[in-house]
Amino acid sequence: MAAASNLKNMALCLFGTCLICSAVLAGVYALTAAPIAETNAAILKASISKVLPEGGEISEARELEVGGIKSEYYECVKDGETIAFAVKSTTIGFGGPLTLMVGVLPGGIVYNTSVLAHSETPGLGAKCTTDENFYGQFRNYDAMNGKLTVRKDGGDLDAITASTITSRAYALAVKNAVNALAGVPMPISDSQAE
Amino acid sequence: MKEDKIMTKLQLITKGLIKDNPTFVLLLGMCPTLATTTSAVNGLSMGLATLFVLVLSNMAISAIAPAVPDKVHIPVYIVVIATFVTVLQFLMQAFTPGIYATLGLFIPLIVVNCIVLGRAEAFANKNGIFDSALDGIGVGLGFTCSLTVIGLVREILGSGSAFSFKFIPGDGILAFVMAPGAFLVLGYLMVLFNKIAKKQ
Repeated sequence: MAAASNLKNMALCLFGTCLICSAVLAGVYALTAAPIAETNAAILKASISKVLPEGGEISEARELEVGGIKSEYYECVKDGETIAFAVKSTTIGFGGPLTLMVGVLPGGIVYNTSVLAHSETPGLGAKCTTDENFYGQFRNYDAMNGKLTVRKDGGDLDAITASTITSRAYALAVKNAVNALAGVPMPISDSQAE
Repeated sequence: MKEDKIMTKLQLITKGLIKDNPTFVLLLGMCPTLATTTSAVNGLSMGLATLFVLVLSNMAISAIAPAVPDKVHIPVYIVVIATFVTVLQFLMQAFTPGIYATLGLFIPLIVVNCIVLGRAEAFANKNGIFDSALDGIGVGLGFTCSLTVIGLVREILGSGSAFSFKFIPGDGILAFVMAPGAFLVLGYLMVLFNKIAKKQ
């Protein structure tokens, strides 16, 4: 009992379907755009505050080139002094881009790290988000005086079992973040920024 | 007479769960089945996402089917399905960002999941809106249960946990979290399922 397959019917049917579907999508997009932006902002803010010392004022995003890729960083100011930076750093892991938020204290000490996005293998590389023995190594790590790479490459860090590539990418992301900050002027706390 | 009617309606739902189970009997939608069942929660979420699209697209297609000329019915159905998938994607991004982060990649692929188009072709375009909704619920639940069970088995063997609740310390058998384990678990569960289903 379907409508006859003549040109007029087919064109009308396709046009009508697309029109209605686009209208529905536009409506849902308008309704969800604000919540989506809010959710994304909350995720970003949570990841920033996780890698920075407590009780500072976090600045707006500023542009910075990290490891040759355009990225951004945030400055954390407390009582007029810069106490830390949060840097977004992306490298290539095993399954695709691995994006970290790295908190760095003036002087090149890594405060903490957190994974923003990854596509590593579940149960293997994906453990970089849950294995505290691994990501805990970066806490309070002195990047200026240590070798920020896995033991296999002569560094200080234990890799995740069977996930050397992910571990390397993670360490490189942290290293890039610290190195990128070397070019950032630290106007307020010159004494600490040596 | 009335009881008969209720029975046939109920059968629409149970049919998708057991006799025409999309995963273990019809072997449809294998891509999301293998890819997203790394844990019970992931499997459950993917199943529910597909259920949502399946019910809505079945209802919409059953409503518009009489007005759709035969020669263009596939493009029209796909546009309808894609619309519901995109709606689902917006909703998940806004309200369940955690699940979206794990499943995000596979949500757009529901559009080409042959279960959804298959039900539209085989059932929704010949039956009423209400029956099509029931059919969608049945097949969707069948898919959800199958994915949850596969995910649960893989999670127990591979990570030593169930629904993210860890009860065996240390690593599990890693192969079960990865692709080869998916095939193994799917195969064995299929044998088990068909053996039990045939007995009844």
